[in-house]
Amino acid sequence: MKILLNGAGHELPEGETVAGLIERLGLAPVRVAVERNREIVPRSDYPATRLREGDTVEVVTFVGGG
Amino acid sequence: MDTAQLTIAGRTYGSRLIVGSGKYASFQQTREALDASGAEIITVAVRRVNITDRTHDNLLDHLDLKRVTILPNTAGCYTAEEAVRTAMLAREAGVGDLVKLEVIGDQRLLFPDNEQTLQAAIELVKEGFKVLPYISDDLVLAKKLRDAGCAAVMPLAAPIGSGLGIQNPVNLRIMVEEILDVPIIVDAGVGTASDAAVALELGCDGVLMNTGIAGATDPIRMARAMRLAVEAGRLAFEAGRIPKKLHASATSPFEGVVR
Repeated sequence: MKILLNGAGHELPEGETVAGLIERLGLAPVRVAVERNREIVPRSDYPATRLREGDTVEVVTFVGGG
Repeated sequence: MDTAQLTIAGRTYGSRLIVGSGKYASFQQTREALDASGAEIITVAVRRVNITDRTHDNLLDHLDLKRVTILPNTAGCYTAEEAVRTAMLAREAGVGDLVKLEVIGDQRLLFPDNEQTLQAAIELVKEGFKVLPYISDDLVLAKKLRDAGCAAVMPLAAPIGSGLGIQNPVNLRIMVEEILDVPIIVDAGVGTASDAAVALELGCDGVLMNTGIAGATDPIRMARAMRLAVEAGRLAFEAGRIPKKLHASATSPFEGVVR
């Protein structure tokens, strides 16, 4: 299935979860925050949240800034 | 009384200097500058993860999170809606509910959009954030933000990264006299140590800077200079300076001169 991830198209297996996505990306869950269709996904919900075709997902982290 | 302490939203920090984490050559240098500065609060930005960069070396892995408080900012936001959304994501990443609220109104000058800032602040306070808004040195706005429940007000000295130092000491001095119940932290435009010292001499409670340190030829040395400047400025403020006079006042006695 195809989702929009950080503004670009991204292919994922059907029914992939947010937890699965984070792992695929090689990210540590404690260092990111996730938004799905404009709603924040709490970290505890990552394993239970199944993504769907056409979802818009934002995965953010902290970077240097003033 | 520990003159070096800064209290924000009921929590006390051992330094009146807040630093940013942008523009450094490396995470290592960021860490060294932070350590040299003695700051206990460091700002960070919230950005999309780089999907293609598999190293995922993260800034926070290089900081001592037991010793330093992370202050996420809403840099890059031009509307209240963007800022609120960014703040929510930042809080979700789990470093606390402090937020440096930055809503920009001009891309070249990076001056704050004061109206959108006030709007965002009201909403974020309602959501339980401890808001530190970056604003122009406008007393009326500062009072509105204070009344809305912000944890501090952060008037700029000069445009972000400009290094111009405090351009309007009068406005800051007035703010210091008029706003007594939340800390006033000068944020943006600090260029060198004396700028930081002046901020504290005027009676401001703290100073926040990024480029002034990160952009210096020797950032670690400048971080140390800023640490000393903030301490010196605060001591001078508490010591009670002499008044300014338009005439001389001799320091050696008149009597007993051999003529």
